[in-house]
Amino acid sequence: MSKRIEVNDLNCFYGKFKAVEDVSMTIQPRSVTAFIGPSGCGKSTFLRTLNRMHEVIPGAYVEGEVLIDGNNLYGPGVDPVNVRRQVGMVFQRPNPFPTMSIKDNVLAGYRLNKERMKNSEAEALLEKSLRSANLWEEVKNRLDKPGSGLSGGQQQRLCIARAIAMQPEVLLMDEPCSALDPISTLAVEDLVQELKETYTIVIVTHNMQQAARVSDETAFFNIAGTGAPGKLIEMSSTEKIFSTPDIKATEDYITGRFG
Amino acid sequence: MTALSTTTDKVNPLTAGQLPAYVTWAALAGALIVGGLLDTTLLSGFDPGTTAFAAAVIYLPVIYLLSRAVEGRRRAADRLATNLVAGAFLLALLPLISLLWETLSTGLPRFDAKFFSWSMRNVIGAGGGAIHALYGTLIVTGIATLISVPIGLMTAIYLVEYGRGALARGITFFVDVMTGIPSIVAGLFAYALMAIVFGPGTINGLAGSLALSVLMIPIVVRATEELLRIVPNELREASYALGVPKWRTIISVVLPTSISGIVSGVILAIARIIGETAPLMIAAGFTNSINTNPFANPMMTLPVYVYDQYAHPGVQREFYTERAWAGALTLIVLVMVLNLIGRFIAQRFAPKTGR
Ligand SMILES: Nc1ncnc2c1ncn2[C@@H]1O[C@H](COP(=O)(O)OP(=O)(O)OP(=O)(O)O)[C@@H](O)[C@H]1O
Ligand SMILES: [Mg+2]
Repeated sequence: MSKRIEVNDLNCFYGKFKAVEDVSMTIQPRSVTAFIGPSGCGKSTFLRTLNRMHEVIPGAYVEGEVLIDGNNLYGPGVDPVNVRRQVGMVFQRPNPFPTMSIKDNVLAGYRLNKERMKNSEAEALLEKSLRSANLWEEVKNRLDKPGSGLSGGQQQRLCIARAIAMQPEVLLMDEPCSALDPISTLAVEDLVQELKETYTIVIVTHNMQQAARVSDETAFFNIAGTGAPGKLIEMSSTEKIFSTPDIKATEDYITGRFG
Repeated sequence: MTALSTTTDKVNPLTAGQLPAYVTWAALAGALIVGGLLDTTLLSGFDPGTTAFAAAVIYLPVIYLLSRAVEGRRRAADRLATNLVAGAFLLALLPLISLLWETLSTGLPRFDAKFFSWSMRNVIGAGGGAIHALYGTLIVTGIATLISVPIGLMTAIYLVEYGRGALARGITFFVDVMTGIPSIVAGLFAYALMAIVFGPGTINGLAGSLALSVLMIPIVVRATEELLRIVPNELREASYALGVPKWRTIISVVLPTSISGIVSGVILAIARIIGETAPLMIAAGFTNSINTNPFANPMMTLPVYVYDQYAHPGVQREFYTERAWAGALTLIVLVMVLNLIGRFIAQRFAPKTGR
C-alpha cells in the first residue's frame, strides 16, 4: 500500500513571497520521515505541497514536481481530490467538524463523500480507528456527542482517527503532538510505529527527542533570515543526523547552538 | 483548627474608599425632588419630562463630585460614564416604548376576530377587516423570500468561496449599491419590468414580490456572506484533506456550520421588508377584496392597507383610523414573531459545544 515520494526542485510561493526554495528529497515507503527546523522555515508549507493542500490558500502556488510512485502530483490533469484521498493529513491545530458527533467525525471522509457502507463495517472501522488513535476508551460511551466537546488533546486524537479511518497510503502529520500530554504523545508515537508497517509517514516536529525516537530519516530545514526562503539543509538517516551530521548548521540546531 | 492568619487592626492597603449604595439612591431621590420642585416653581406646573431632565442635570455632577471626594478620580469617571451611557439608553428606549404603547392602546379595540376574517369589500364606515391585506402580505413576502433566498445565498457562496478578482469586487460593489436603493425605486423598477414583459399597467402580487426581492437580495447576501466568512478555514482544509471536493465541502461542512445564523439572517431580512410600503403601492396596488392569485389583479398588503385606511377615510373617520392602527399592530406583531423565530432558530441549531 505504501508509496515512495520523490520531490524534485520544488519551490513554494505565497503570491510573490517564496517560502520554500529548491527542495529535492526522496521519502522511502514504510518509513517515518521527520522534518525539523526553526519556526517559519517552511516545514508546514512544504508538507502541504505533498497532498496539494498548499494551493488551497489564495495566491499560493508551487513550481517543480512531486512524484508518488512515479506519478507527478502536479502533472497536467491531476485532480487534487484524488491525491488527497491517498495522502491523508493531520493538522498542527485540532480541527474536528463542530456540527458532527464524534462518530461522524471519524467517519467524515466516507460520510462527506456519500460513500455507502454497511452499518457493521462502519462500527468496526470506527472502533478500529479510535483504538489506533488511543481514544476509544475515553469516548466509547459518548460517540453521539459533538466532537467539539472534547479536550484539545482528545480533539487532536480524534483528527488522527479521522485521517487513518480513510486508510491513506501516505500520512502527513504537522506537529500532531504539540497539544498533547506526554501519555497521549507516547500513544501517538506508538501509533506511528504501527502505522509505518503499512503506510508512509511524514511528521513535522519541534521535539528533537521525538524525531530521534520515531523517525528513520530526518530532514533539517533552515532559513537564512526573515523574508528569505526556507531550504532543505540536510537529510539522511536519523541516526546520522543526530550523531554525525555533515553540515555545521544541523549540528548547531540539534545541540541548541544558534548564531 | 487554628486560623493561619488573624485579622488585625492594620488597614489593608488594598482597600479604597467606597460610597455606600444608599448614597447613590439618596442622591437620585434628592435630585428628583429638587428637580420636581424647580420644575413646578420655575416653569408652569409639573411635567415628568422636564423634571427628569432637571433631575439628571443635578444628579450627574453631584454624584461625580461625591464619588471623586470619597472614591477618587478613576471611580468617579467610571460612575460618570456609566450614568451617561445608562441615560442614553433610556433616552433611546423612550420613543420605542411610546410607539408600542400608542399602537397597542389605539390598535387593540379593532384587533379582533372580525379584523382577521373580513376584507374591506363593500364596507363603508364601521366593521370590515384586513384579511385580504394579511393574505396579500403573506403571499407577496413569501414569493419575495422564495426569489431572494436562493439568489442571495448563492451570490454569497460565490463571493466567499469562489470569488476572486474583478468580478467578485464588482458584485460586492453592486450589492453595496443595491443596499442603498430607495425602496420607491425598487417599486418603480418592478413596475417598469412588468410593463415591459406583460404590457403596461400590469399590477399584481408578483410585481410586488419582485420589488421586495430587489430590496431583500442585498440583505441576504450581506448576512450570509458575513456568516460564511467566519467559518474557520481549518474546517474547509480538514474536509479537503479527506479528499472531499470543494462543492461538497461547501454543502456538507461550510453551510451546516453556519446554517443557524443564515436562517436567522434570512428571517430578519423578511422582517425588514415585510413593512415596506412605497414599492408595494406602486407594484402591487390597492384593492378591497381578497385576491390570492399573485399573477393577476392588484393585491392588498398590510402596510398599504394601513396607509390606505389613514389616507382615504370615509365620512366616519374614527373607524378608518382604528383599522389603520389595528393593521399597524398586526405588522408589529408579525415582525416580532419573525424576530423571535429567528432568535429561537439561531440558538436551537447553533453548532453544539456541550458534552
Ligand atoms: N497563508 C500564508 N500566506 C502567506 N505567507 C505564509 C502563509 N503561511 C505561511 N506563510 C509564510 O511562509 C513561511 C513558512 O511558514 P510555515 O508555516 O511553513 O513555517 P513552519 O516551518 O511550519 O513553522 P512552525 O514551526 O512555526 O509551524 C513563513 O515565513 C510564513 O510567514
Ligand atoms: Mg508549521
